[in-house]
Amino acid sequence: MNNYKKRLQQHCKTLPLALAIAAAGFNGAAVAAENGKFRIGVVTFLSGPAAGPFGEPSANAAKVLVEGLNQGKLPAPYDKLGINGAEIEMVIIDEAGGAAKQVEEFRNLVQRQKVDAVVGYISSGDCLAIAPVAEELGAMTVFYDCGTSQLFTEDKTPQYVFRTSLDAAVDNIGAARYLAKTRPDAVRIGGIQQNYAWGQDSWSDFTLSMAQVMPKSQVVESQMPKVFQGQYGAEISALSVKRPDIIHSSFWGGDMEALVLQANSRGLLEDATAVLTCGESALERYKDQAPNGMIIGGRGPFGAFAPDNALNNWFTRQYQAAYKSSPTYPASKMAQAILGLKFAAENAGAQAGTVPAPLEMAKAMKGATFESVSGTVQMARAGGHQAMQGIAYGEYHYDAATKKGSVQNVIAFSGECVTPPDGTTAHDWIKAGFPGAQCN
Amino acid sequence: MMSLYAVLIDGAIYASWLFLVAAGLTVIYGVMRILNMAHGSFYAIGAYAAASLVGWYFNNGIGPVWVGYLMMLGCALAAGLVVGLLIERGLLRFMYGRDEVLMVIITYALLLILEDAMKMIWGVNPYFAYQPYAEMGRSVLAGLKVSNYDLMLVGVSLVLGLSLWLWLERTHQGKVLRAVIHDREVAQAMGVNVRRVFTLVFILGTVLGTLAGALTAPAISVAPGIGVEIIVLAFAVVVIGGMGSIEGAALGALLVGLSRAAAVHYAPQFELFVIYGVMALVLAVRPQGLFGRVLARKI
Repeated sequence: MNNYKKRLQQHCKTLPLALAIAAAGFNGAAVAAENGKFRIGVVTFLSGPAAGPFGEPSANAAKVLVEGLNQGKLPAPYDKLGINGAEIEMVIIDEAGGAAKQVEEFRNLVQRQKVDAVVGYISSGDCLAIAPVAEELGAMTVFYDCGTSQLFTEDKTPQYVFRTSLDAAVDNIGAARYLAKTRPDAVRIGGIQQNYAWGQDSWSDFTLSMAQVMPKSQVVESQMPKVFQGQYGAEISALSVKRPDIIHSSFWGGDMEALVLQANSRGLLEDATAVLTCGESALERYKDQAPNGMIIGGRGPFGAFAPDNALNNWFTRQYQAAYKSSPTYPASKMAQAILGLKFAAENAGAQAGTVPAPLEMAKAMKGATFESVSGTVQMARAGGHQAMQGIAYGEYHYDAATKKGSVQNVIAFSGECVTPPDGTTAHDWIKAGFPGAQCN
Repeated sequence: MMSLYAVLIDGAIYASWLFLVAAGLTVIYGVMRILNMAHGSFYAIGAYAAASLVGWYFNNGIGPVWVGYLMMLGCALAAGLVVGLLIERGLLRFMYGRDEVLMVIITYALLLILEDAMKMIWGVNPYFAYQPYAEMGRSVLAGLKVSNYDLMLVGVSLVLGLSLWLWLERTHQGKVLRAVIHDREVAQAMGVNVRRVFTLVFILGTVLGTLAGALTAPAISVAPGIGVEIIVLAFAVVVIGGMGSIEGAALGALLVGLSRAAAVHYAPQFELFVIYGVMALVLAVRPQGLFGRVLARKI
């Protein structure tokens, strides 16, 4: 009983202190960084099929950027040390294992590891599962890659959740617009997608867009093999038999590279032009196994499509020096998310050397316009929580002399041309004929 | 009409690949009664070994093309021998006689360990050794452009299947093996060194797995997880044909290959379902598979 009283007295002493700290947190006041550092949880695939094409370049980009920021080596406007003067400390977590595991890991990062912000997530399923938890915990969270259109339709009034990458609908609207400009006579359209939400959504966004921008086009074949199937002999035959002019695919990773190799060896890519919305991620690996003229995208102005600016030049140089390869689009997107977070933290009104409260960072990021490796990013959709940027497509060309592939005949479309406005879904916007779109 | 030819051609090619993948699994189960979940890892090890070695050979332009093909076979053989011997001698021989379910768990654990070991050795970046696939060119069959490498796989599969069958049915070693398959205890009582047979068969099964991986590597991007993906497919083929039967695996592969090709051409929305649909149908009629034997339960 006495012990109980003692504990109660101790609780009574510590309670006001706890309340004061909690109140400071809710008021959004800046708090001193624990151990003086700005801790970022970085979540990306370190194992499984998405690790090679996406996870590893992303993790590498995060390392390059954090090291550069901690040494104050980035060009302006990011030449201030670390984030808001506090050294950055990274905790990298593997995204593999499914949404339930990721929710657990996210709670662990925020509540036990006390990270100040989380940057991550490639899988749309993970993003959809994490978003409500991030809001519940009041944790500043920046999604850097996942493309689901449902992210901000499920949660219409987000506070702490942001996405600095583009909605997947943009990829396919951009692809259709590129075809309308470069292959206006194409009529017969075929498609091959991985059979899950990503592939199905991509195909429906693309076919709806084609119906608008190239009304004479007709779908002659649609294949949806299992994800990670690897062998596409029958699908390639089925497409060949229908003699399409264009073959659209949202395949990614090893599946995409296997498809290109098999389809090219069998002559399908000589008879039809392939449009690969994620094609840029294997730019250095296609070599002479992809035909010249194959249309590839980088899910925005990323990787080979990133502009010639001081930030991107610095990032590309550092990345190449560290990893002996050029940054592909997932790497650029990771860099963009971290730069967006730095922008928000340094514009949250906190004293230099302190870590701003999540709410203050969120307020600073909402509707912000910041510079990135991909140019200027406007957080102009989903009430200021979703980035709006242009998208570019180009044609793959292989130089046998240098044994290197590059992108040529690049056409960029502005964000206003390819991004559905707030208050409507991508499908409704496309079906209505892209009302309000401002295209160059 | 062209679609019909395409179904036959695609079905034959896919069936030959399925048979290559499933042969090792069915041989090990037939003799050892081990449902080897790690078979997918053997496939992946063969693919990685071939992709890294052959990729290195071609990227450095070291020598003639045919040497590259020999290297593919050589590294599959070497990888299979080493991995098979290590696993059988180092782990499985201590587990013989245990319950089949326990062996599934053990080989599943092995699959997880090998997946991580491969990640440590080869990393997570994909390996792309396309030259053997691309160098063979293509042919036109019934108006359809087909890769010669795929046609070669059909040939390899036929030769391999026939060789296995002849070995089992026409050689002394094959008779010994069949004796072990029919009744392990009686075979042992008759003087057969069952332990040695187990070692040989496990190594053979492992080599068949690594060979399937090595032969597939030039047509795919070799990346983490490829082994896990094929194991379910291989099990489906083996179950349809009857666990432990070479003829069954061949017929199972052909059924699945043709059904899948037909679905891809005529009803793509059923492509995922059709493999397991065929399996369910066969098991409903013959629960032991097409060539499986009904075994009396020993008490």
